[in-house]
Amino acid sequence: MDGHAQPERARAVATTLPADADTFPKLVRANARTRARKVAIREKDLGIWQSYTWAQYWERSRLIALGFAALGFARGDKTAIVGDNRPELYWAVCATQCLGGIPVPLYQDSIEKELAYIVDHAEARFAIVEDQEQVDKLLHLRAQCPTLEVIVYDDARGLRAYSEPNLMSLEELIERGRKFEQSHPGHVEAEVDKGRAGDVAIICYTSGTTGQPKGAMLSHRNLILTSANAVAMERIAEDEEILSYLPMAWVGDHIFSYAESVITGFTANCPESAATVLTDLKEIGPTYFFAPPRIWESLLTSVMLRIEDCAWPKRRLVKLFLDLAQDMERRRLAGQPVPLLPRLLYPLGRLLVYAPLRDNLGMRRVRRAYTAGEAIGPEIFVFFRALGINVKQLYGMTEASVFVTIQRDGDVRLDSVGTPVPGVEVKVLESGEVLFKSPGVFLGYFKNEEATRQTLQDGWLHSGDAGFVDASGHLKIIDRAKDVSRLAGGTIFAPKYLENKLKFSPFVKEAVCVGQDRPYVTALVNIDLAAVGNWAERRGIAYTSYTDLSQKPEVYDLIAGEVARVNRSLLEDALLRGATIRRFLILHKELDPDDEEITRTRKVRRGYIAQKYAELIDALYSSQGRVQVDAKVTYEDGRTGTIRADVTIRDVETAGAAAR
Amino acid sequence: MTGAGGARPLLEVEGVSVRFGALNALTGVSLAIGRGEIVAIIGPNGAGKTTLINVISGFYHPYEGRIAFEGRDRTNLRPPDVAALGVARTFQNVALFKGMSVLDNIMTGRLLKMRGSFLLDALWWGPARRQELQHREAAERIIDFLEIQAIRKTPAGKLPYGLQKRVELARALAAEPTLLLLDEPMAGMNVEEKEDMCRFILDVNGEFGTTIALIEHDMGVVMDISHRVAVLDYGRKIADGTPDEVRKNQAVLDAYLGVAHE
Repeated sequence: MDGHAQPERARAVATTLPADADTFPKLVRANARTRARKVAIREKDLGIWQSYTWAQYWERSRLIALGFAALGFARGDKTAIVGDNRPELYWAVCATQCLGGIPVPLYQDSIEKELAYIVDHAEARFAIVEDQEQVDKLLHLRAQCPTLEVIVYDDARGLRAYSEPNLMSLEELIERGRKFEQSHPGHVEAEVDKGRAGDVAIICYTSGTTGQPKGAMLSHRNLILTSANAVAMERIAEDEEILSYLPMAWVGDHIFSYAESVITGFTANCPESAATVLTDLKEIGPTYFFAPPRIWESLLTSVMLRIEDCAWPKRRLVKLFLDLAQDMERRRLAGQPVPLLPRLLYPLGRLLVYAPLRDNLGMRRVRRAYTAGEAIGPEIFVFFRALGINVKQLYGMTEASVFVTIQRDGDVRLDSVGTPVPGVEVKVLESGEVLFKSPGVFLGYFKNEEATRQTLQDGWLHSGDAGFVDASGHLKIIDRAKDVSRLAGGTIFAPKYLENKLKFSPFVKEAVCVGQDRPYVTALVNIDLAAVGNWAERRGIAYTSYTDLSQKPEVYDLIAGEVARVNRSLLEDALLRGATIRRFLILHKELDPDDEEITRTRKVRRGYIAQKYAELIDALYSSQGRVQVDAKVTYEDGRTGTIRADVTIRDVETAGAAAR
Repeated sequence: MTGAGGARPLLEVEGVSVRFGALNALTGVSLAIGRGEIVAIIGPNGAGKTTLINVISGFYHPYEGRIAFEGRDRTNLRPPDVAALGVARTFQNVALFKGMSVLDNIMTGRLLKMRGSFLLDALWWGPARRQELQHREAAERIIDFLEIQAIRKTPAGKLPYGLQKRVELARALAAEPTLLLLDEPMAGMNVEEKEDMCRFILDVNGEFGTTIALIEHDMGVVMDISHRVAVLDYGRKIADGTPDEVRKNQAVLDAYLGVAHE
């Protein structure tokens, strides 16, 4: 592999695949031969990291496939996969593909209604799930989904007394597979050989900020070519270690933990449980790391809280060096020269602060890390880069097998999402919508011709995002194309742009801005309980609950300061200066995916919120200073309750805006 | 569901009375608990529920009546001997070693199963080493079972109350008991924590076949998870039966749930 970032154009862009390596099962089978003893996947179980080699990876996948075959699995059948990241579930993905079937991973924290919709829409015949919680949900919905026949579980705990038909443990399935093999030797191998690059490899249901989820069908060719191109560009090697902690239903996890791992042979590590991710991160020390902005944000918040709790000499020292490094990084990102003194001090800072902190975060070995999905706050981005962690922004979509653009090493900016990955062509329409064409562009939405026609035209994928390509070829994204609108006075209003600016504050967890066809902009703010709670404690402000804390006048003062900061930064932009936030309120409850206010990937569902909080929004445009609200909440088990609260509305200083 | 039928019950309490000075804490209480049952003991405050648990675990001795465990008389055993027989318990007010990690707390639950010599343990050699690994694995299985992986190294005293209760259950399970006595396992918990605890109790019963006697005030919980309910009032047993029977029992409604009044 070449050592320089330079010869991008010289590197071949893969466009075709050899017949013996054109599907994932074929690649796994080859790994079992060429990388037999290399560790493919690890899982922390009973407090110890258990490793499985590529030979074992293939063997387990093959046995699960045999079990499916024994139960009459036909080519094209779908397997619903629900659970935390577990080796067994990745093997189930591979096993399904071995038989020419299609895995359909689902979000493990979905409520039953969401699961039912997808299982039914995907016509899943088989389901393989982690534990009793998921079995209970699926047994219940099997009554409504006539296609669902077999449910297989990995963790038998609490399930021994179940006697439902066609419900079995993974061991039982494998046992049936072993018997089946005696009468059908070579069955799986023959089925694998029948696989073609153009077959559907996976259906990923996109969370959908509007309406029902849509199932994006990605072929083996889509995923293999896209991953191979990204792997070559980012020089991802066989010795990488990653932590597989993001939901399997999300296409990103499928790419990082499955596709790229199978292609390069690197090791995926499954955490012990969702609650232990930070400890597991430290133990594994990944070399390659992916996190959406909210995770970077919570990492930063936890570091900051711990610094606040230090004794003052230590705190002063840490702050001094962090400020120094961040100042340097800001200059670097802006392309300005870095003065000599900080450059001389940096090595000392690395010794005293940066290296220990990186180690503590589990990022000592990270060679490259990505953030994507939403815009990341500049403070957060700068903070991690200043520590010497190579965080880069990436722009991708499920429908494109993730990769569209990535920031190249040495060409990282605050406000761009980078340049196209090899093989990807980007163009921008008059309307501002970003379109692209690539080997990763999907086959279409499963059973949804109309949505496919709207999204995929003449091979060009309509991203639905508004953006532009700047003079140096970097793509910049402003907002969702359909969300960019105008105030009643005609000023351009890009809600997400404002919301992201608000969310750059550590005290603001979520924000929803309203303004389309209204005289001015208003905001509904969600405070971050950990950060604001700590802030309140430090000031001796007593509170009993989230609702109570959110309505404290002191907290309103705090957030008003953040809103004023956003307004000041807007004044600098000629296009958006008319769209400053005039009034805001702090919501009495957290926006929650269970209440359908945000999606599982934490994207705000604007339409739903406008409807649900209509009273609040009306009050924002009246002269009221208070409003009473009843909000429906949905508990994890699907029951609903009501929260009643008095919500205060606050005006923001608009002197600066008025002066224009 | 496993009933009390068949062979002899696991635990037989026969006509037990306990007095504290002039106060009759228990008067002629009889209770049989079959293998694999979940039995709830309910009753108003001061009805003698905890006293009954304390008698069973050997902390108090009755002045009349007898207690038999697995068919043999165990009336006057001391708590450590009762524990050695396979009876473990949790306490109404959490009683953990606050400065010790969760893992170490759970390991103390294995103490009765450990044997070894001071020298070998100090050297951590041969059988001592094998033994420790074996017990650690057992502890890890319980950690996995109760989903407390994230706190295994946290000092128990630093944990929120709901989790401390869970750790106490873990320590009791570490002794691999035949009979598990839970004194208000869900007191002071929120709805979600209660639901988790119910699931764990049912799982312990289903997975290990452990017989469970529990004291609980939350009627929803009691009716949902117990096979049988015994009701105490002023130190006497006033009812004993399936949740449905107890629910309809007029004496219980009057004494415990209260006569309906708006």
